[in-house]
Amino acid sequence: MPSIEMRGVSNYILKNVNLDVLNKELLVLVGPNGAGKTTLLNVIAAFADYRGEVFFDGKKIDKVPTNKREIGFLFQDLALFPHLTVTSNISYGLVAQGYSEKIIRERVNELLDFLNIRSLRDRYPRSLSSGEKQRVALARAIAPFSKILLMDEPMSSLDPQTSKYLRTELRSLLKKLEITTIYVTHNLLEAEEMADRIAFIYNGQIEQIGLPEEFIFTPKTDNVSEFIGKPNILNCDHCHILAPGFIELVIRNMNLVLPYEGNGGIKKVAIFPQDIYLSSIKPPGPEVNRFKGIITGIINLPSVSRVKVDVSGNILVAELSREAALEMNFKEGKEVFVIIKLRGLRYAERI
Amino acid sequence: MMKMFKQLKPGWGIVPIAVFLALWEIVARLNLFPGQFFFPPFSIVVSEFYYLTANGVLGKNFLSSLTRILIGFCAGSIAGILVGVVMGWQDVVNKALNPIISLIYPIPALGWLPLLMLWIGINEMLPIAIIFICSFFPVLYNTVTGIKNVDKNYIRAAKTLGGSNIRILATVVIPLALPNIFTGLRLEAGMAWRVIIAAEMVAIPTGIGALMMKAESLMRIDIIIVCLMVLSLMCLSFEKFFAYMEAKVTTKWK
Repeated sequence: MPSIEMRGVSNYILKNVNLDVLNKELLVLVGPNGAGKTTLLNVIAAFADYRGEVFFDGKKIDKVPTNKREIGFLFQDLALFPHLTVTSNISYGLVAQGYSEKIIRERVNELLDFLNIRSLRDRYPRSLSSGEKQRVALARAIAPFSKILLMDEPMSSLDPQTSKYLRTELRSLLKKLEITTIYVTHNLLEAEEMADRIAFIYNGQIEQIGLPEEFIFTPKTDNVSEFIGKPNILNCDHCHILAPGFIELVIRNMNLVLPYEGNGGIKKVAIFPQDIYLSSIKPPGPEVNRFKGIITGIINLPSVSRVKVDVSGNILVAELSREAALEMNFKEGKEVFVIIKLRGLRYAERI
Repeated sequence: MMKMFKQLKPGWGIVPIAVFLALWEIVARLNLFPGQFFFPPFSIVVSEFYYLTANGVLGKNFLSSLTRILIGFCAGSIAGILVGVVMGWQDVVNKALNPIISLIYPIPALGWLPLLMLWIGINEMLPIAIIFICSFFPVLYNTVTGIKNVDKNYIRAAKTLGGSNIRILATVVIPLALPNIFTGLRLEAGMAWRVIIAAEMVAIPTGIGALMMKAESLMRIDIIIVCLMVLSLMCLSFEKFFAYMEAKVTTKWK
């Protein structure tokens, strides 16, 4: 499978973009709305004009029209042809590219089974659920032996539970297919779960490319840090397995418990401000991930307040709504109870 | 009472018509309508319908109108669809032709009658030409709209799948534009009958419109009403036919 290279690509949105997508890699492109994510996909698909150069596996493809680029594209709204059955949708590319009837039949059957959509073959898209449409759209995109797959926020219209389930399934499928993929999303959690590597784009420029872990623990720019939610990064002094599936970290004088299935131990932990709860009164429940702290600073933004709390020598920034902050009458120097949400933590393992 | 109406089966739609016809008969028979001579009872209209059918007069005139409509409507619609597809698909063609068509389209079909009478003469081609004009422009515009309204992502999807422009037009764009095209056909099918009647009333010696004019000169209201009923039935039938065709083609996926 070819890799994708972009050199000095610019247009009305993109600014001198240089990007390498490795062979069989699943690169997730993240960024805020209007950053240029979809435009970048459109450049690769020849839907948008641009200056610069794009290579597929070392070959320059700037003059190659869309229908000759051998790419599959999953649009945000999936764009399944409403007037064609599932089978006709999937076989559209194979028919258009002149494959024989035998190959078309075999390939369509293979994909119907692979994606577990055989029962849908004679149905029309309007009668399919969101998850079924996703799978049919994926089958259609890869049916004509596409070498590259571009996916433009394919989960954006799904509810969180369906999206989470399909993400897991989709990543597994894409890995089995071994197809070079660029997946666009504005959801960091989705990016972390899907990506081999993440590329962050802001205002038409790629600001950081790297492993998901690098984004959380070593954001290169303020834009990246702002996008991921400015987590609190804490270095662990030492750790030990508390119980099967749980590890206890000691961070200065603060003991933190989190779910952990690995063996190597944890060197850093990231706690997002939204996952830190503050309370004026002692909260009920077991004394796990519950601490006392002193407020050292408050920044009031239009809809949220960011409260800095010193917890056993660790400075944590918590984010809560302005109303909650006012109601609890937070002031500098006030003692508060700090509760850290178990499931929101990210960690970097010791190698 | 309202609940009772809601529970009525669809066939009960015939009841208001039956009531209307009964009232007509009663009002006409009892001379309740001023100028009774000009308002024959329904039963007289029905018997005149039978008489005209039996002696072949209605059939002959009806066939004349129908033939003109079919030729003019088919030619106008096919031309409208072909030009509409090209204009909708090719922006350059649209920009070149749209200003000219925008000037010609507002002219009512019957407005062309005096000019066509001089260019073509009073013969079979005259009503056919009127129907052609009446059908061409609305079908053209509906086709252009249908083509242009096809979601661009469908076209992009087809391109990424390797489709050529012609294949995309034939297999994606035109099928998705069909609902709009059928709307144009359905509206103009009924309009064609209204226009032909007017054209026949003015210039042509045969056809339903001509029959109505003859009846008018002989003060035969019953014959005029028979012709109006035929006209109503035909407008409805043509519109229903295209609605049925649209449903047949698009119901599965729309």
